[in-house]
Amino acid sequence: MVGKAEPVNGSVKSGSNQSIPATMQSPLKKSDLIPNLSLKTLKLKTKQQELLIRVSILCLVYVLAFITRLFSVLRYESMIHEFDPYFNYRTTLFLTEKGFYEFWNWFDSESWYPLGRIIGGTLYPGLMVTAAIIYWLLRFLRFAIHIREVCVLTAPFFASNTTLVAYFFGKEVWDSGAGLVAAALIAICPGYISRSVAGSYDNEGVAIFALLLTFYLFVKAVNTGSLAWALASAFAYFYMVSAWGGYVFIINLIPLYVLVLLITGRYSMRLYVAYNSMYVLGMLLAMQIRFVGFQHVQSGEHMAAMGVFFLLQVFFFLDWVKHLLSDTKLFQAFLRITVTTAIGVGAIALGVGMASGYISPWTGRFYSLLDPTYAKDHIPIIASVSEHQPTAWSSFMFDFHILLFLFPAVCLISAIAVSATIKNLTLVARAKSKVTQTGSVRGSSSSKGSSKASLDQSQPFQRNGAIALLLGAFYLLSKYATHCTWVTSEAYSSPSIVLAARGAHGNRVIFDDYREAYFWLRKNTPPDAKVMSWWDYGYQITAMGNRTVIVDNNTWNNTHIATVGRAMSSYEDEAYEIMRSLDVDYVLVVFGGVTGYSSDDINKFLWMVRIGGGVFPVIKEPDYLVNGEYRVDKGAAPKMLNCLMYKLSYYRFGELTTEYGKPPGYDRARGVEIGNKDIKLEYLEEAFTTSNWIVRIYKVKPPNNRW
Amino acid sequence: MPPALTFYSVSLPKGLGKGDSLTLDVLVVFKGALQPFPEKITQADIQLVVFYETAYYLSPYAVKVQSLSVKLPDARIESFTKIENTKIHGSEIKYGPYENLPPFSYSPIVVHFEANQPFAIAQELVREIEISHWGNVQVTEHYNLVHGGAQSKGEFSRLDFQARPHVRGASAIRHLVAKLPPRVHSIYYRDEIGNISTSNLWGDHKKTEMVIEPRYPMFGGWRTAFTIGYSLPLQDFLFQSDGKRYVNISFGSPVNEVVIDTLIVKVVLPEGSADISVSAPFPVKQGQETKFSHLDLVGRPVVVLEKTNVVPEHNQHFQVYYKFSSLSMLTEPLMLISGFFFLFVTCIVYMHADLSISKSSPSYLAKLQWDEVQAAVQQVRNIINRCLMIHDKLEASLRDLSRTGDVQACKSARKAFDGLLKDLSKDLKPLLASLQTSPQAAQILPKVEELVGKERDLQERMMAKHSTVVDSYEKKSSGREIENRVALQQQKITALRQEVDDLLDLIDEI
Repeated sequence: MVGKAEPVNGSVKSGSNQSIPATMQSPLKKSDLIPNLSLKTLKLKTKQQELLIRVSILCLVYVLAFITRLFSVLRYESMIHEFDPYFNYRTTLFLTEKGFYEFWNWFDSESWYPLGRIIGGTLYPGLMVTAAIIYWLLRFLRFAIHIREVCVLTAPFFASNTTLVAYFFGKEVWDSGAGLVAAALIAICPGYISRSVAGSYDNEGVAIFALLLTFYLFVKAVNTGSLAWALASAFAYFYMVSAWGGYVFIINLIPLYVLVLLITGRYSMRLYVAYNSMYVLGMLLAMQIRFVGFQHVQSGEHMAAMGVFFLLQVFFFLDWVKHLLSDTKLFQAFLRITVTTAIGVGAIALGVGMASGYISPWTGRFYSLLDPTYAKDHIPIIASVSEHQPTAWSSFMFDFHILLFLFPAVCLISAIAVSATIKNLTLVARAKSKVTQTGSVRGSSSSKGSSKASLDQSQPFQRNGAIALLLGAFYLLSKYATHCTWVTSEAYSSPSIVLAARGAHGNRVIFDDYREAYFWLRKNTPPDAKVMSWWDYGYQITAMGNRTVIVDNNTWNNTHIATVGRAMSSYEDEAYEIMRSLDVDYVLVVFGGVTGYSSDDINKFLWMVRIGGGVFPVIKEPDYLVNGEYRVDKGAAPKMLNCLMYKLSYYRFGELTTEYGKPPGYDRARGVEIGNKDIKLEYLEEAFTTSNWIVRIYKVKPPNNRW
Repeated sequence: MPPALTFYSVSLPKGLGKGDSLTLDVLVVFKGALQPFPEKITQADIQLVVFYETAYYLSPYAVKVQSLSVKLPDARIESFTKIENTKIHGSEIKYGPYENLPPFSYSPIVVHFEANQPFAIAQELVREIEISHWGNVQVTEHYNLVHGGAQSKGEFSRLDFQARPHVRGASAIRHLVAKLPPRVHSIYYRDEIGNISTSNLWGDHKKTEMVIEPRYPMFGGWRTAFTIGYSLPLQDFLFQSDGKRYVNISFGSPVNEVVIDTLIVKVVLPEGSADISVSAPFPVKQGQETKFSHLDLVGRPVVVLEKTNVVPEHNQHFQVYYKFSSLSMLTEPLMLISGFFFLFVTCIVYMHADLSISKSSPSYLAKLQWDEVQAAVQQVRNIINRCLMIHDKLEASLRDLSRTGDVQACKSARKAFDGLLKDLSKDLKPLLASLQTSPQAAQILPKVEELVGKERDLQERMMAKHSTVVDSYEKKSSGREIENRVALQQQKITALRQEVDDLLDLIDEI
């Protein structure tokens, strides 16, 4: 058998051997032909090649910007994150269900009980309208999706669109290479990702897009002097105004840009057309947003734009007069008179406006921009937002989104730098290869040749250096990309509604206590129940719990918040009076003592005291401190140990052993044994506590019967 | 005799003759027959219920012998009505036997006992069964659950519940078990505010069990709502008989402990189904509606079946018959394809259409002129490229010459190329002229002219070189001599060629 098999194999082998040359030849011939053909056809179309590469890179960046923001969806679920987005989600839901007019006229009685809130007049509707339009469009195209999915993915979608705008902006400012790098940088920039991950359904998500679009269109308008671009930028500005309160920065930055152009003597007709049409139309459009309204012509923050507008008119007028007057001396005199009168009239108008109250002075928010400590000293509410930030400046950067304005600029500038560097390096690297290709050209007597010759002497070093630098640049850029992805996945992709921790065996433990509590409220309390909690949780309670809250994250009424702060920091009987007067049925507190969750109400408590004390002087911060120290153990201040917040947080906690080897009542968030283990509640009763004790809900008892 | 009675008539398979006997097993399931008493309990209390029944079998016929046994879940019995012949064995109470009872004899009894099993009542359950002929049955079930036992009052203490869950909170619903068909996949468990992470799933080839825990333990009177959804393979549930397809799927809820007040089963058939009929093993209210899902034009027909008071015994299969042509499956992919096709077509049309409003505005004219200039420059580039190709061919002919020594062939080739080059330069002239007249070309014109000049220079040198080489061959000079003679020319030609290439690139970039 074996003997027989061998010749068969042999024949097969020889056959294959014979066939190999035959098959080898034909591909060779073909491959001879193909490069010739393809090289020639391709060489004719270098431009198209470049276009193809550019478009595919842009598409990849577009997709990258989208998918890098999906960590939280993949890791948790498609859900809305944090606090403010829940309000946006709730209003979007209302908008899609009831329509735009109902939305515009919505009086929300579920928040700020008993005051209520006029939603249509106190919000920037851009985000909700955008999401609703996307939703309706998809519905129209017969994609049966839930509005939640639209809301969750709005921010990544707009981040992708921002990369496109960044590309065009970079192209407009520098060249298409810079545009591509700008698009890529914007796509993975952590500062932006933190505001636009899937589920972070907040104004910034679309506002950054609108911001960049406005700038791009305005620069385009200035460069071309085209009315169409100016109008487009006005509409982009309108979109920005409708989306976010940060539009104030645009309306200050664009005049600044114009002013710089004026001072550097680059005034032109194009600038005049661009700014005037953008400002006038943009202003008229912005005033259509009810939350902005006449502020746009009255508040101090908008005066710069108006001033530059009038300045441009004066400039134009002077130009015209100069054109008419041939005598320079006469013109000089005229100039002097006009400028002094213009400045005088402007100053008087501003002064009269300020004095009569027609022009409102700058708000605290704007002062705090100039002096970050302003907020801390004067507005405890603003300061309380930033309680976890270490220093004033960084907290200020964080809170007022200065980074958000800086990062597009930073991205653009670094994109230009990077692309220019790489371009130069590749030029150097390529020049050498060209020279080697052409070989013996050195003899030619052109200046180019001599420069090349001089170049050539230092070339071995230069070329290698260029290649090394290029490799270094690519290494750094790829490192940056992986770093950004890592930061996104580690730091910015947690929904903060669901908490995740590692269990003892390395498995993932999920604390879903917030939703447990909110759903309990939704299903097991009367539909008209009023819930009192610290304002952080207001939006979530209305959106997920569907119950009326006393205060929420829209901190427009300081007194109301202070009342809640006062109730939380009073003794139970005093608090009961306040709660009765506010018609409170349930009290919700967040408590991290069992799980070691540190951003709970006990850690926020001093802010309640401060804000409460800011309005009601009966609450004094020192009463809650011992030697200026904030503590909850045995050494705590007696008022601290008996105030409502302490009692509600630690009710029956003294009986619980949280950690092995520690006494019962050991608070894991603060690492101490609590000071008051025997807490009795007289006016409230425990209604619900979640499985990890993170949220505790108490029912306010009805008043006792009187005989 | 009790105040209200409902009569059910049973038709026998065949008439009962005199003296014959027949055994009937009658199974009756009562819902809501157990009343919690006391009606409100605290977390620490156990749940007690009362059960009202008659000791004698209520019948319009005379009863010869009859007995009743009441089986209770727990051993603890608070009280029960004692009449004659009552015995108790552990958790079972026996009444009877009683003999020779007249029609409609009636003796109410009351049993009061501990029942800590949860009273899970789905006030409304909507099951949506969506058939996709792409191989999937998607079942979505919306539960609206309430604990129907004794209402809880007072505090709910998590501490007590965690420390001694079976004493403090004995009657709470902690979890429910859903028995799902085998090969089920893509299971989810969520509610209005998102996914619920407390569920477990295991299964083998016979069944799949899903343990679902509500977000919070449910005490008496507490409510919750959730949705579970799962996908099933189509071939297990869709069959065909005489030209019709039918779905054969279970009617009730997969959660066994749940008693349902109102059950609505919706069967969503694929778009284009017709001739729909339902066969169910028990009477149900039928209706029809339309549902719009992904890419639907006319909507999918939905069969709506409604039944009140559903217990686990109703968990039987029912059938929906319908006609559906397999070709209709293609409509949705075709729609998508044509949608994208039209998108691209509009893109192409947009790119090629002239959409400017004013045909006489200066910017429009300038654009037109610029297009012309670009076209002319492109043509110039083409011509130059062709010239360069001819140069290459000339070089090639020289190489042939050095290999073969065939001077005649080389000369004839040269002649042909000369003619070609002349034609090309003729073509070039009008283009250059048009570029010179156009104001838009002012920027690009010097470069183009330089390019043309350089190319002409190159051409001349090429010719010179060619003539030199051919001459030398005719004179039979040695190869080395020829090379020496040509070397200088060759250098210049390479330099010129390089410059021409650079210029071409430059113009390309403009």
